[in-house]
Amino acid sequence: MADFVKIEHLSKNFGDFEALKDIDLTVKEGEKLVIIGPSGSGKSTLIRCMNYLEEPTSGTVTIEGEVLSRKNRRELAKKYSAMVFQQFNLYPHLTVLENLILAPMKLQHVSRKDAVAEAMKCLKRVGLEEKAYMYPNQLSGGQQQRVAIARALCTRQKLILFDEPTSALDPEMVQEVLNVMIELAKDNITMVVVTHEMGFARQVADRVIFLHRGQIIEEGTPEHFFTNPENDRTKEFLSKIIH
Amino acid sequence: MLKGLFDLKRWTALIEVIPENYIPGFLMTLRTALAGLLLALILGVIFGLMSTSHNKILRAISRVYVEFFQNTPLALQVVFYYSCLPILLGGTGFRMPKFILGMMGVGIYHGAYISEVIRTGIEAVPRGQSEAAQSQGFSYLQTMAWIIFPQTLKIILPPLANQALNLVKNTSALALVAGMDLMYYTDSWATSRGYFAQAYFFSALLYFIMCYPLARLARYLEIKAIRQPVAKASLRKEIEEAVS
Ligand SMILES: Nc1ncnc2c1ncn2[C@@H]1O[C@H](COP(=O)(O)OP(=O)(O)O)[C@@H](O)[C@H]1O
Ligand SMILES: [Mg+2]
Repeated sequence: MADFVKIEHLSKNFGDFEALKDIDLTVKEGEKLVIIGPSGSGKSTLIRCMNYLEEPTSGTVTIEGEVLSRKNRRELAKKYSAMVFQQFNLYPHLTVLENLILAPMKLQHVSRKDAVAEAMKCLKRVGLEEKAYMYPNQLSGGQQQRVAIARALCTRQKLILFDEPTSALDPEMVQEVLNVMIELAKDNITMVVVTHEMGFARQVADRVIFLHRGQIIEEGTPEHFFTNPENDRTKEFLSKIIH
Repeated sequence: MLKGLFDLKRWTALIEVIPENYIPGFLMTLRTALAGLLLALILGVIFGLMSTSHNKILRAISRVYVEFFQNTPLALQVVFYYSCLPILLGGTGFRMPKFILGMMGVGIYHGAYISEVIRTGIEAVPRGQSEAAQSQGFSYLQTMAWIIFPQTLKIILPPLANQALNLVKNTSALALVAGMDLMYYTDSWATSRGYFAQAYFFSALLYFIMCYPLARLARYLEIKAIRQPVAKASLRKEIEEAVS
């Protein structure tokens, strides 16, 4: 498989604080990568560097051979990546359907009719066709997040970034969102997922990386993390989140 | 005083001067208010956007504008434009038209307030909204136009209507420099004839006619802003057509 995202010597400082320290990481096309690590370890910062929501202090992020920069970040976001946020970030002044068709119509210049048809397909995949003409505030958290996933799908991006997509949900809604993501993982989409849902990781991830204080200190298959993690910090972290 | 108030002769005198005094004054005030509101909106949007930008210099310029014009009296500003500005512009004895003077006076003054209304409106939209837009590839202007501004609008419309109302009232500062506005005509007729009660009552009525609808509008917008939309039924048919 070809390299889809290539991260080299990536560092990110906030003032004096080093949130990421010289990260090297490659994500292959179609790969499902899960990022775990304690709070504040830099997971969000890392994933947000992949679509330039954070500007790297040094180092590069390359997507399909193109180095991300302030100049081309919009082009590359439009072409390759979509993001699903912890807080959903649906556009509250637009209906569910309008949330989905805005980018295809305005950025990809798809006709409204085609955009609607595609949006309905995406809503069907997340099981929310009947909510198309509702506003986000009428939906439960789990439903809102499924709409956000549909929004990420309907621009047909090859790379979808998930930053703790289930962390803001009530416990009973976590599974419905994970189920949608598990379904999605059967496609050839490249997925980078920050999550603490180890069940999900085990089922879906090709590879898991463990981030600690801005560095990747362990990586391997989900099996590796479950059966014989090497680093003491990894062990300690996993013992806390796996019950 | 009370006797003067109910003196029919004085009311008749008032009615006689309506065409030559009150109507031109009313129209001047209305025109000044409309042009001033337009100027205030333009300045408010420009400086409001500047105050939310990432650029420190733009933010600082906007801050200075807002603080300066909010913290000095409008009357002083108007007198300044009238007496000092022509001198600064070369001192050729040129006097600015009163209409322009009035528009500048209330426009620049309320522009500072509107800039603050717009800044708080934009800041009230959560950061995640522009991040979502950016992650989809929208540019700054596209994000503002389709995502941030529609949400801001709902928040800022009621205070904007209030600004418009205050702006109408504040055009009366123009009377200080013989602005040919409603307040000026009222003052000059009142002092020349001494019929103060009639002069000011009627003037108040005319101001009220302009301001009260704006007050109602502000209230209506407030109520509307609180209401959350539930669903958009019109989409149903469109969906059926697109899917079939
Ligand atoms: N905009 C910012 N300004 C300053 N510090 C930040 C900013 N964003 C993140 N940080 C800091 O960087 C570190 C990593 O943050 P983050 O990537 O959000 O961690 P995680 O997602 O793993 O919890 C944290 O200590 C956080 O406080
Ligand atoms: Mg985070």
